[in-house]
Parts: sequence; structure tokens; C-alpha cells
Amino acid sequence: MAAEKKHAAYICSGCGLGERLDIAALEAAAKKEGKMQVVKTHAFLCSAEGVAMIRNDIDNDGVTHVAICACSRRAKTEAFNFPTTAISRGNLREGVIWVRPDTDEARETTQEMAEDYVRMACAEVKAMTQPSGNPNTGMNKTLLVVGGGMSGMTSALEAAKAGYKVVLVEKTGALGGWAAKLYKRVPTREPFKAPQDNGVADLVAQIEADANIKVYLNSTLAKTAGAPGRFKVDIAMESGPTVTEDIGAIVQATGFSLYDANKLPHLGYGKSPHVVDQAGLEELARAANGGVMKRADGKEVKSVVFVQCAGQRDATGEHLSYCSGYCCNTSVKQAMYFKDANPDVDCVVLYTDLRTPGNGEDFYRSAQNKGVIFSKGVVSEVVPGGNACTVKFHDLILDDKAAQIEADLVVLATGVVPNSGVNIDAVPAAPAEATEGAAPVVEEKPISILNLDYRQGPDIPQFKFGFTDSHFICFPYETRRTAIYTAGPVRRPMDIAQAQEDATGAAMKAIQAMENAGLGKAAHPRAGDLSFPTARLEGCTQCKRCTVECPFGAIDEDEKRFPLFNESRCRRCGTCMGACPVRVISFENYSVNTVGAQIKAVNIPDEFSEKPRILILACENDAYPALDMAAMNRNEYSAFVRAIPVRCLGSVNTIWITDALNSGYDGVMLMGCKHGEEYQCHFVKGSELGRYRLSKVGDTLKNMNLEAERVFDLEVAITDIDTLPRKINDYAAKIQEIGMSPFKGF
Amino acid sequence: MSNANEQMAARYKNNFLKEIEEQAEMGEWVKMCMQCGVCSGSCPTNFHPGWDHPPQEIFMMIRAGKREEVLTSNSMWMCTSCYNCYVRCPRKLPITHIMHGIAEYAYRLGVAPKFQPTLHLSQTFWNNCTKTGRVNEVKLTQSLYFKDGFMAGIKKGLEMKDVALGLVKAKRLNIMEALGGGHKCKDIKGIQAMLAKAKELEAKRKAAKAAA
Amino acid sequence: MARKEYAFYPGCSSQKGASASNYLTSVESMCKTLDIKITEIPDWNCCGASISYAEAGELPRHVMNARNFALAESNLPGQDIVATCAACWLGARESKERLEHNSGLMADTQEALKEAGLNIKAIPEIKHMVEVLIEDLGYDELKKPVKKPLAGMKFAGYVGCQTNRPFGIHGESFENPVYLDKLIETVGGEAVPYDQKVTCCGGALAFSEPDKAQAQIKDIIESAYDNGAEMLVTPCPLCQANTEVYQGQINKKYGTKFNMPVLYYSQLMVLAYGGSAKEAALPGNVIRARKLEEFAGK
Repeated sequence: MAAEKKHAAYICSGCGLGERLDIAALEAAAKKEGKMQVVKTHAFLCSAEGVAMIRNDIDNDGVTHVAICACSRRAKTEAFNFPTTAISRGNLREGVIWVRPDTDEARETTQEMAEDYVRMACAEVKAMTQPSGNPNTGMNKTLLVVGGGMSGMTSALEAAKAGYKVVLVEKTGALGGWAAKLYKRVPTREPFKAPQDNGVADLVAQIEADANIKVYLNSTLAKTAGAPGRFKVDIAMESGPTVTEDIGAIVQATGFSLYDANKLPHLGYGKSPHVVDQAGLEELARAANGGVMKRADGKEVKSVVFVQCAGQRDATGEHLSYCSGYCCNTSVKQAMYFKDANPDVDCVVLYTDLRTPGNGEDFYRSAQNKGVIFSKGVVSEVVPGGNACTVKFHDLILDDKAAQIEADLVVLATGVVPNSGVNIDAVPAAPAEATEGAAPVVEEKPISILNLDYRQGPDIPQFKFGFTDSHFICFPYETRRTAIYTAGPVRRPMDIAQAQEDATGAAMKAIQAMENAGLGKAAHPRAGDLSFPTARLEGCTQCKRCTVECPFGAIDEDEKRFPLFNESRCRRCGTCMGACPVRVISFENYSVNTVGAQIKAVNIPDEFSEKPRILILACENDAYPALDMAAMNRNEYSAFVRAIPVRCLGSVNTIWITDALNSGYDGVMLMGCKHGEEYQCHFVKGSELGRYRLSKVGDTLKNMNLEAERVFDLEVAITDIDTLPRKINDYAAKIQEIGMSPFKGF
Repeated sequence: MSNANEQMAARYKNNFLKEIEEQAEMGEWVKMCMQCGVCSGSCPTNFHPGWDHPPQEIFMMIRAGKREEVLTSNSMWMCTSCYNCYVRCPRKLPITHIMHGIAEYAYRLGVAPKFQPTLHLSQTFWNNCTKTGRVNEVKLTQSLYFKDGFMAGIKKGLEMKDVALGLVKAKRLNIMEALGGGHKCKDIKGIQAMLAKAKELEAKRKAAKAAA
Repeated sequence: MARKEYAFYPGCSSQKGASASNYLTSVESMCKTLDIKITEIPDWNCCGASISYAEAGELPRHVMNARNFALAESNLPGQDIVATCAACWLGARESKERLEHNSGLMADTQEALKEAGLNIKAIPEIKHMVEVLIEDLGYDELKKPVKKPLAGMKFAGYVGCQTNRPFGIHGESFENPVYLDKLIETVGGEAVPYDQKVTCCGGALAFSEPDKAQAQIKDIIESAYDNGAEMLVTPCPLCQANTEVYQGQINKKYGTKFNMPVLYYSQLMVLAYGGSAKEAALPGNVIRARKLEEFAGK
């Protein structure tokens, strides 16, 4: 790091900036209030020539801090890439001229906006230090895969093919998981017309032949400690010692279990051996091995009924509410076991919606061609008889509530339950009151899979229905434990083909995480970020807000109960920084100061100017891009707003709001992602924690005798390109209605 | 149940969809239906109350093996050949023809609804036009009026007398046609031989499919 | 020699004394003015229409149409077939399409035709008369002979089904075809917009399901009245007959006072071209078009 600091501002007059703005006045602002030692203007700053000018000043003129006043920080990032230099960006294009009308009346307020952004960029860069990277790196590049089913085997093979060592741990005595129990699987190749080999033997052979993959069978994880790039994992073998492996990243592919069909006595399960679940049918098919299908009693099956959605997609709350995602195709396949061996077998599939997306549609048609009958109906009861079962159902085509069919065999499609370990967020349930005559409820204790040595608990946080949490839309494999990825049906219901795709994706993400960890860089979503949080411990009050709030379990406590950062587990969201009541946590390039200085740099006109100032703190993942895109569409908004990007709403420290209001801002808009069950936050819990914290701002406002509307929390999605400018304008109108803040000029 | 019907039911025992695909004109399209219901919404409104089952439901019933319910239904006989369903179907099913095809098959098997007026019209029309090669409008009308017996025919004729009188006055109904006059083709013999052959070939083709 | 020549397929209803004889009369007169020569296909036969589906089955229906193709091909070589009836046109075009796309069906058809001493080499193009007018001649050519524009008269162009679906005219939208409106405007009339332009009149089911069909017809006529039309104009004999001859019964059943003349487009063209009421076959309308009769007399 350079000992001498030298600050420079570069102003671009291209892209229409020169025509719309008084560039000389911007230069003056950078010099006078911005206190920049060097101020230069270029007509095309992102051109090779413009970039060379900056490069030259850094290399030969000792410039260490650069404020680029041109376009949005999201534009021209490759041109303005100076890795050793602290850079801030003043957003004059997307932030000013593209959102303002080119009219004489607007010229003055537009210019004020631009000058403020120049001052803000100067103030920000002066408070920044270019980060040098996390020193506590772990260099291990071995991938641990937990679970040896289709997903796990695929992850292992994909990582091995990419040149990484893999440790594969499987609880049972053989690889293959569920797929190994299948007589055949749903087709994956053209023409998608017949069941095909389950593919397990081929994958197992590949794994055995791969020198990069070490397999532990009959083994579980006794303990997982450490951090990305330096996990230490204790593997307990059923008969033998515990082995410790050094691991860089982990893929958890622990799959699913079938929903327990014993919970469906009304469908005859358990009452008759001739009612089976899909696993039971696979056993019969393996026994038949391509010959005629026989029941448990050895009788040849002449008629079979498949009951779809047995104990799943259940609206009553008694059984699973969700869909397995595969069992329509499985029933199609199982019906073919019968038809392929003997076309005269009557096969009826009773369904409410047949879900065979993609090429499954061809498979479904093939079954129709083979004579499988698909009928819409909801089964109410299966009555086992002496020799045949009676399936009673509501025929949805003819609306016949008393329909029934006889069948030699009934197959129940029962759905899936994820093998996701311990629910670390579970609130211990109050002991159920014993109802008379009922059997005592035996609480099944889930067994931990990872046995993580983290203060937050031994397993991955779960989302709905026990599936492991992940950012569903954008980052499906990413859990809240950095460098630990989940893949396959433990993450959401899916079929084999989807699980293999999932497993490949997760392996790639795990490799990226190991590589970044080795370089001291962040993983998603700030992949490559070198900054990391530090705490000025002498100011710390040991309140534990940071350790509790960190969504990623990155902060532990040391022996003296001070926060202890696991930098490589950190995702750099800044939630700890936002949470800290004494403001001792900061990043080198993002801190209470870098934002606070920008807030202070804005020129606040006096009360009688009729020019309010509204601070926008916008999430850089969704809200800030939405603002940029609104600008690209030339959607105009108020000239009174000043927008500052923040890493996450969770990183917003209330001091920023208090300071802004104290210094005469008339309103504060907070823009963050959707939180809650259908969260969109890139840091999962960040926006939720931020919002909770900021909900307390009301007290501050009350103490200051200010209106509650002066702080406005807005949920913004990246797609709100057209609505966002309107909402900004509505808020600006509201502020004008309330009137100017009385705090100006103090 | 007729003999032909029993034979076919046995032949295609548990696969009614295949039966329709092989035996009904354009039946091979049934499996393409995605149940959107645009056909039902496009059918001339005043025919809805006459349906047992709208087209997409007929298609689903075929796939669900509801053989008797489909073949004995009056639904197909409600088709006015307006082709609205046909042009609107997002999967391009020729629904008009499929409806005709299923209806024809039900009739061929002898299980179509008894006294179905449109079936009767179809029989009458074809027999009328193939007798001389061209339609005899007077005879066509007469046989339609008198289908329910002599008295009903007189009554219907009286109800319709204003219509008929109007047409006669406008020289658009030639009562001489009733007496064996009117239009006809010259080569009636050739036409009938040709049609007999066509019937024979068609029966052979369908039987071959059933035998395969 | 005429500028265009066609093998003419009038169809059963467009014969002398038949239900669309006025269509025939006006078409002949119209073609004379436009210098189009139409020669009747010798000994043509019925197309079978849509309604014969149940009794006829598939192959016999195509064979009936194929016989006309063979007769046209051998007697009027090189000429496209033109039909005036929507059902004849549709039936013939459907047969052409199926035979050309299904070699098995074609082989069977040839075998059946042999019984009548005929065979097909190449099926001629099959056109509806309005295709001849719009596609082969064009609106400009149709406008040239106009001597007496039907100014100030409001017509509802009732396109109906079978010229419109499934093939359509000139690639127009099935939901809102405009060729009939443009024909009306070409002869100087006003085409009123109304919402039942492509509603089915019930077709053959006017015989077998009269109540349902008449309910449809009522909607069509009512909408035409509501939108200010004085007359209906159609390109199809069955549409014409259904919407015209049942108005009396509908009046009895629903208490309406319908008395709307229903014309063929060809009748309007003959009048605009200066033809007499007789040439336009106005006496052939059951509901007399008094306004047009007066217009023709002027």
C-alpha cells in the first residue's frame, strides 16, 4: 500500500455529458469541495486513450485514489479496472442526464445533481482503502461429496474430470442410492419411448476407475470443522477408525426418502401385500426381470391401477403438500413394465394432472400408444379384497363420485421427503397433549448429516418442507454455509436427469469456491471481492449482534467473547457492519465512513429554496441495477434524489439515516429485495435483518419530532424498471406535501 | 350392442385410443390434444346445451378408455361444420373432422344414438345425392319432414309451408322434382359403381388395420 | 377470347329452379361483364357436402369430388375449377388436399374412378368465385365496370363459415375477414361493422336442429339490424337460404319483426355494373329487396 495518498478525479464529457452539464463547474466542485489534487476532463474517458491517461497518472504520478465521474459503476468495469487503486464512481450518465429532461427549466437542478455526485465520489474514495485480500486463506482443493447416489456420483465425477481430488462418503454399503433400486429408469435419450438401463453400474465403474476419487462406504461424517479451503472432516466408518480428511469445499447430495406409505391406510397400504408403493413395484419388476409381472403371492398381474398423488399435493395439511416432481413419469415407466411384458395387462393411471414436462411428453405418448389408460380421478379409498383390490375414486371426467375399478395390484405414488439432517432453526415443539386411546407419539430425532462445528448448528439451514435453503431463482446450489453446496432432491423435489444437472452445477460452484478461498476472495454473489470485515475490538461492547445476525455463520466468538471472523466463510454482505451499534466493523472499501462521507458531501439547499433532498440507499444487487436500467429506458425521475448503492439492505447502519436527517435531508428511501418466504435477497437474510433493524427508526424520528414518512422502505425487484421511477416521484411529491425538513442549515 | 361393435370392442380390448386412431377418420390426432378447451369455447354458442361432452372432454374420455360413453354420445352429432374449433386449435387438431370421424365410426358400429336427427339428415342427404349424382332438394325436404311418420310430416309441412311457398314464388323450389323430374347426372350407373367400389375399399382398409 | 376461363362447378343448389338459382343467374351476368368465361364441368356431380360424413365415410366422399376433378381435367384441360357454393369449394379443396397428401387414399380413389371409366393425372386448382374476383382480378379491376355505385346503402357482409374456415380467402384473418366488406365498398355500398360476421348460421343443422340453428340466425340478423344494416350480403348459398327463409319462423318464435333481404355479393355487383333487376335475379329473393329493385329501375 502506498504510504502517500494522492487523490484524483476524472470527469468524462462524452455520451452527451459535455452538452448537458457545465463541466467546468464539475471540475471546480471536485477541486474545491472534493479536495482532489488532480482533476482532469476527457471527452471519451473509457476509450483506450482516456484509460491510458488514468493509468499513466497511477503509474507515474503517484495517484492512489481515483474518482471516476462518468457513467454508472456497473458500466465500463473492464475499462476502469485498476486493481491496485481505490476507485469510486460518480454516476453522471445513468444517475443524472439519462433520468432528467433536456430542458431549460431542468438545467439548474440537473447540474446540482451532477455536482453532488462528483462531490460524493470524491468523498467516498477519500474514505476508501484498496483491499489487499484475506490473509487467512486455506489452500486445500479437495472436494467432499456427501452421498453416493446419482447426484453424489455425478458431482464426484464432474469434479474429478475437472482435475480435482474428491472424497466421496456413502452411508450404505454400495454406491447408487435410489437409482440402484430401479429396474429401469425414465429415458434420457431419443426417442424417449421406452424405459432404459438405470445407468448406475456405468457410473460406479467410472468412479472405481478414477484415481482422483476416494470412496468411503458404510461411513458418515462425525465432524466438519474449519472454513472454505481448510475444512477438517472426520469420517466415521461403521467398522473401523475415524479418518480425518482435509477438504476445500463440500457438496451435500443426500437425496430423499419416500413418504411413508404406512401413513396412507385408507389406500390399503399395509392391509394387503397387493398395494405397493413405487419402490415396492420396482422390487417386483426386478424380480420379473423383463418377464410377466407377478405379485407377492406369485400370481401374474392382469390388471394394475396406479394412484398418483398418494399422500402428496395434499391440501388438507395431513400429508405432503408438494409434488415429487418425478412420479408421473415413474408411473408411466412402471406401467410400461407391464405392457412391454404383456400388452393385454390392463394398466390404468389415475391422476389429477399428469406432469411430464419436456421429453416426458414423448414418453407419456409412448405409453398411450402401448395402451396405458390415463384417466382423471381422485382416489378416495382402496379396498383390498380376497384376490383383487377395489379402487374407489371420483371420476373427474364424468364427475362420477362413485366410480370404481378392480385391480390385481395397486401402486401408490407417494412422494418424497428430503434427507436434510437437523433443522437448526426448529423451535422445539411443546409436547402434544396425549389424546385418549392414541398411541404415545414418539418424536423421531433427525440425525445430523454434516455435524458442522459451527455455532449456528450442525446442518445446512432449511427452507420449506425441510429442503435445504438456497436462492431459488438466481443461485440454486448456494447454501447459507459458504463453500457447502447442496444438489439433487435434498434441495428440492426432482428427477434423476435434473439431479445430475444439479450435481454438475454444484460441483462447478464448489470448485469456484475452493479457488476463490485460496486467493482470499469472496464467493457468490460478490465473487472475487478481496475486501473482508474487520472489527476495531477496543470499541466493541461484545453485544453479539454481529455473530447472531451474520446470515452465513461466518462470525464466531473468541475466548474473550469478542467477534472472531472466519473471513473465508464471509460473503461480504456487510450485515455485521449494519448491525453494529458502536460502528466498529468495517471493510477497507466499504464502511460507515465511505457512505457517511457521501451523505455529508451532498449540498443541502436552505429551507426556502423549495429544493428538497432525498437520500436513496439502494441495494446493489437489484435496486441499483433497476435504477440504471430505468435510466437506459430514459424513465425520468426527480432531480432531488441522491442515490448511494449499498451491498445489501442488511449493511445499512441506522447512523446513516440519523445523520442524513440531522443534516437536513427531507426524506430517506431504502430500496432492498423482497424478504420472507419468497425472498429475493442475494444474502438470503440480509434484507430481512436490515428491515427489522430499520423498523426501529420510528423512535428516532419521533425524538427528532419528524414525520414517520420521512423514512420510506421500498421493496424493489430488478425488473421494476418502469414502476421504480414512478415510485420515486410519488415519494418526492409526498415529501413536498409534508414540507421541508426543519433541520437544514445546522 | 351390435355384433360389429362387440367385435371391435374385443379387438381393441383395453386400448380405445388405438381403436379411434385406426378406425375413425383423423383419429390419430386425438392424442395431440392438450386440453386447453379453446374448441369448446369456439363452438357456436347455441349448440352448447345440446352437448353431453365438449370436444376436449371427448378427447380425454377417449384416452381414458371410456368407449361406450364416447360412442353413444350425442356430442359429435352437434357439429355444424363451422370449422371454428379447427382454425383456433393451438395444436392444429382438425377437430371438425375428428368429430365427424368419431360420429361416423359410432354409426358404422350401430351404437350412435337412436333417432339422432343429424344422423338421419346425413343418411338422407347422402342417399339422395348419390341416387342421381345430384341433390333433389324437394325429395330431400320431403324425406326429412316425413322421417317421424306421415302425420308428423304433414304437420311439419304445414309449419314450413310459408318457407316453401316463399321459395316456390321466388322460383327456387321446383315441385316438379318431387315427381321424378329435376336435375341428375347422366352417368348414374358409373357413379354408383364407383361408390360401391369406394365403400368396398374403405371397408377393406379399416378391416386390415383391425387385423394387423 | 375471354381474359379468364374456368371450369365451372355450380353445385346442386345453383341450378335452374334450385334454392340458389338466383346466385347462378347473377354470377353468369357478373362474369359476362367482367369478361370471365365459365364453362360448366360436363356431368358434374354433388360434392357430398360436410353433412354426408356419417353415411358416406371417407373414401366415397373423396371419390365423388375426384370424379369432378377427372371430368374437369379431361374436358376442360388447363382450367382451374371455380365453385360458387362455399360447401362445394370446401369439399373439393379438402379432397384435393387429402388425395395429394395421402398416396394410399389416392390409389384407392383411382381404383374406384376406374369403375366410372375415369382417372386423375393432376388435380386442377380449386377456387371459390370470390377468389377469382379478388386474387385473379383484384379490386381495381372489379371497380372499373361500376356504372351505378350503390351509394348510401348499408350492408352487413355476412361471411359465415365455409369460405372463411378452414382455408380462408386471400390469407385473411379467420376472426375478421374483410374481403366481403371490401367487395361491398368496391361497388359503392357501405359495409357496417357488426359482431356476428363469422358466426355460424347452423349450416345443415338448420334442418335437423332447427331451434338451435334459428337461435344462431336470430343473433346474426339482430346484430346486423342493431348496427344499422339494411341488407345482408353473403358468399354462400346455405348461409343465404338459412338467414333469409327462416326469418318468418324466428319472428313467430321470438316476437321479432325481421324482414331483412339477404343478397349474394354477385347480385350487388350486377346492379352496380348497371344490370337490371332480372339480371341481378332480384325476383329470386324470398324477402324482396325493394330498395335495390327501385335502384335497378332508375
